[in-house]
This record gives sequence, C-alpha cells and structure tokens, in this order.
Amino acid sequence: MRIGMLHSLIRKDEKLLIQEFKKKSGVDLELIDDRKLKFNLGKDKDKHKYDAIVERCINHSRAYHSIRLFESMGITCINNTKIATICGDKLLTSVALEENNVPQPEVRVAFTEDSAVEAIEEMGYPVVLKPAVGSWGRLLSKINDRDAAESILEHKTILGTYHHSIFYIQKYVEKRGRDIRSFVVGDRCIAAIYRESEHWITNTARGAKAYNCEVTQEINDISVAAAKAVGGGVVACDLFETDNGLLVNEVNYTMEFKNSIDTTGVNIPEEIANYVINAAEENNG
Amino acid sequence: MKAECPVCGAEIEFAEDTVQGELLECSECGTELEVVSTDPPKVEEAPQEEEDWGQ
Repeated sequence: MRIGMLHSLIRKDEKLLIQEFKKKSGVDLELIDDRKLKFNLGKDKDKHKYDAIVERCINHSRAYHSIRLFESMGITCINNTKIATICGDKLLTSVALEENNVPQPEVRVAFTEDSAVEAIEEMGYPVVLKPAVGSWGRLLSKINDRDAAESILEHKTILGTYHHSIFYIQKYVEKRGRDIRSFVVGDRCIAAIYRESEHWITNTARGAKAYNCEVTQEINDISVAAAKAVGGGVVACDLFETDNGLLVNEVNYTMEFKNSIDTTGVNIPEEIANYVINAAEENNG
Repeated sequence: MKAECPVCGAEIEFAEDTVQGELLECSECGTELEVVSTDPPKVEEAPQEEEDWGQ
C-alpha cells in the first residue's frame, strides 16, 4: 500500500505521524512536499499513484487546492476537499453547523462597515470579529463598545485584503477561562483536552495550558455531529461550555495534536494512521 | 550527522530518522531551523509564519 503525506514543514505532529505509518507493515509512506509540487492538469495520473494521501500542509490555500487536484486523479484524500473548504472558512463552517442543527455561538455576517456596526449593535456587546480564513487565534478582536467596533472595522477595511471585509461577527461567549478541544476520527471522539488561559483567547499556540478532559457522551455527540456537518474525516473541534450546554466554536481539518498525546493518554497519530490505512483499503476493495 | 546553525554557528545534531523539511530548534540560540538536506546535513532558518498558516 502506498500512502502519500502531503506536507510542507515537518513539525512534531507530522514526525509522530510518520513514525506511526512506519510501524505499519505493508505500508510504503512517501513524503510529498507542497513546495516542490508541480501539477500538469489532466496529465499527472501516472505520476501520483497513491492509495490514499494524508494532508498535513501548514498553508490552508495549498492544502485545499492540492487535495482537489489529487482528487481529480482519483486519489482518496484525508481530509477531502469538502471538509477542507468548509473548515478552512469560519463562515462556511457556521453555515454547515447551522444547516445540521449543531449548536454554536450566535453569528452574524456583514460586508460593509456600516452594516457590520448595525449587526454588532443588534447582537449587543461584547462580540468577537474573526477573519473568515485564519488560524492560531491570529487577528481576533474582542469588541466591547461602539468606538472599538468602528475603529477595528475601519482598520480591517483599509489595511486588509478583501477577505478582511467579509465581517464574521460572533457573540462573545464567557467561557470561564477555558475551552475544550476535542479530536474526532471518523465517527468517534477519541480524546479531548481543556485549554486554560487567563486571556480570552485560549489557543495553545497563544500560550494556553492543556489538561485532560474526559470525553463525556455530550462531548462525543456534539463533536461527532460537528464533524459530520463539515463532511466527516479527521477533525478537531473547539467547544465552549455554557449554562445552556456545549457550543461548537470552530472545526479544524489539519489537527495539531503533539501536546495532547501525553495529556490524554491517547495515541492520536496512531488513530489517524489507522483511519487513513482503512480508507485506502476501502478504496482498493 | 551534524549541521551548522546559520545564525550562531552551533552544531546541530541530526537523529537517525531526521527528514528533509523537519523543524528543529538550535539548542544554543533557540532559532527555529528547517532541515533542507540530510545528506549533506544542512539547515536554514525556518520560514516566517504566513497568513493562512495553521488550523
């Protein structure tokens, strides 16, 4: 069996995945560096002969374009284009969650400064403005009043690309200093962590501390429902705890797990490798 | 196998399973480095974070 791993930089996450694939007998893992890829549309089928590709790019744009190109050659990709497209865009993620009745914080969308201020004031302060495409908690703005709203919206309009004028506005959720990151592989939530921080942004990339979170039935159910809403596959969900139950904040399609293996006691890269191998076998079967 | 940190000149030791593209940190100066070649061993400063990086 020939598995491709699409990557750019090999972080600890990718290294752990490589090690897991190398433990599997009958699996030939080939590393595909997206910085060296050249696609010749319609003429690459013999060049890329993989039973499956596991996507581990660091750039969202390269990931989802490459996946689409590999899929056009008939190759199964984990995750697939649908999942990458939806999860790569918070607006599309929210639409998918809404359409599948998965609870999430209140979201409004507007395209001009004036309509965005109106939407924010209809919601009530505080709100969080997020780039629809973006990660690791970058460029998130918690807006507490009208002065801040007008200022941030003007800055985004003038200084940003047009992507930053698609105003994705989320009601701020008081999350008691922590959120939950849950890991879904197929139809199972295999593990979860709490991410604790005194800052309102609780990404571990921003210094939040991680500790184990027991996967309750509620966490499993909402995580699997969120994963199904975006197309399934291997995803990580960010959940908020509220008095009215859990809410899905985001769904990530190239999950980072290096700090969650010891914390949870679950060999997350092995679970991913098994899922990819099963998908390749089903594809061949 | 050893490479040289392009920032401080320290020796960077490769493990047996080090692969091209791997991120390493210089133990002397803390610079994040990318393995650009395993044979001969060579590292460069890792690329800067881009707008669509991460999850």
